[in-house]
Amino acid sequence: MTGDRGEPILRFEHVSLFFDEQPALDDVSFALFPGASCVILGAAGSGKTVLLKTAIGLVKPDRGHVWLFGRDITAIPESELVDLRSRVGILFQEGGLFDSLTIEENVAYPLLNQRALRCPRDQVRARVEAALARVELEHTLEKYPSELSGGMRRRVGIARANVTEPPLVLYDSPTAGLDPITAHTIMTLILKERDTKNTTTVIVTHRYQDGHLLANFRYNPATNRIEPLAHDGRHAASDTKFLVMREGRLVFEGSQAELEASADPYVQKFVKPLRN
Amino acid sequence: MLDLLKPPILAFQEFFLLTGRTFRNLFRKPHYVDDITIQMDIIGVGSLPIVMLTGFFAGAVMALQMSRALNQYGATDQVGQIVSITLAREMGPVLTALLVAGRNASGMASELGSMKVTEQIDAMRALGTDPVQKLVKPRLVATAIVLPLLTIIADFVGMFGGWVVACPMLNLTTSSQYWSMAWRSLEYNDIAQGLIKPFVFAIVIALVGCFYGLRTTGGTQGVGLATTKAVVVASVWVFVLTFFIGKFFVSL
Repeated sequence: MTGDRGEPILRFEHVSLFFDEQPALDDVSFALFPGASCVILGAAGSGKTVLLKTAIGLVKPDRGHVWLFGRDITAIPESELVDLRSRVGILFQEGGLFDSLTIEENVAYPLLNQRALRCPRDQVRARVEAALARVELEHTLEKYPSELSGGMRRRVGIARANVTEPPLVLYDSPTAGLDPITAHTIMTLILKERDTKNTTTVIVTHRYQDGHLLANFRYNPATNRIEPLAHDGRHAASDTKFLVMREGRLVFEGSQAELEASADPYVQKFVKPLRN
Repeated sequence: MLDLLKPPILAFQEFFLLTGRTFRNLFRKPHYVDDITIQMDIIGVGSLPIVMLTGFFAGAVMALQMSRALNQYGATDQVGQIVSITLAREMGPVLTALLVAGRNASGMASELGSMKVTEQIDAMRALGTDPVQKLVKPRLVATAIVLPLLTIIADFVGMFGGWVVACPMLNLTTSSQYWSMAWRSLEYNDIAQGLIKPFVFAIVIALVGCFYGLRTTGGTQGVGLATTKAVVVASVWVFVLTFFIGKFFVSL
């Protein structure tokens, strides 16, 4: 599933990163094409979060190159990186909301601060309201993050990641620590953002269900629900790539069918819960 | 031995890297004037009561302790001179800086530290702002403006404290002599070092506070540790620097 769609939107080439001589990323290479979805599975501490932070240059790799929108971000200064990041939305693991700012100020933050976007001031309010309405939190504008529940904070994070309508959105463990119902709501919202805006979506998770949803379901704006892509087979011919990380290394890369067929016991551990 | 020396030297290097980045960004846009104003309010207006209180008692104590020594030489009329020179040259800048270090270096370290451990610093960078521009620069500029002003206030309140002890309480000298002594004994050298010191301290306090905040790791405990370190290091530097700046001005 490569080649014919031109430049990859994100490409890692032999990326290694060390924390105190411990490898956090160990020779990671992959490419992601526009419009595709990518699920990164892995246990806690396997380097998933570091991978996302490396992807937008928050962390500089010790070795290798990262290309974002066709630019080698390991070789450009921070000021240019800032402009490049305005085309990427990111949801942090803990939400990463500014707890001394209101929800409205939080969601408006990228619009007001990313100068490359050149968002006119009088449009900010409307765009913030629209982004919050998409995650069904339009009534929380004046509240502070601490006044919201964990699931609501995650939704605000999704709104903030998507308010600038970036072509690439990265979600770091969007469902971690949430009950199954809230987790499903979050995944619905992620599919909604992906399918209404046609964004390239990367999600880091330890739950195989999340990847399964991303690969086999799509958002239907008519019903405001998600529905299976294909009714006949188990796997739709979707554009979802699965990556599995283990101790900083990429141990698997491929489609969902290949993932389920994998004989690697570590990879199997992630797939099993859904099968049984 | 080498392993023992490595962390502090690395920290020193990182501190100077942060200092360099902050100064490079000093005149570079965006300036976040709102943040500077807010910080000036927190650091300046917020510290005013405690700075005045300590300033008053510093001057009062000085007059009180000097009264005995001056009595021995029959030079109690000199009390205004002693109070004003010590305050302007040393006590005013150092005491004010220590108070601000305790209040605001800790505040900066804990605020930035909390933001660091909850990924807000990363979020800030991901959403198009440079934490050095948005967080460090406003704190540095605000402290550098406000600390000299606070020091001037502390100096004057301290002289007033000295007067309260010298004139109404102990009758060491007359009011007019106290004030004329206090006024005439100050030279440009004293004023210069009394204003340069708080300016230098302000830079150190703000940068140390922000530095320890930004390199916080390891959750809530890390924030506490960063706060403690910031206050201790900033205070120690105040004492070290006051000696060297003083030495420079004495040798002039």
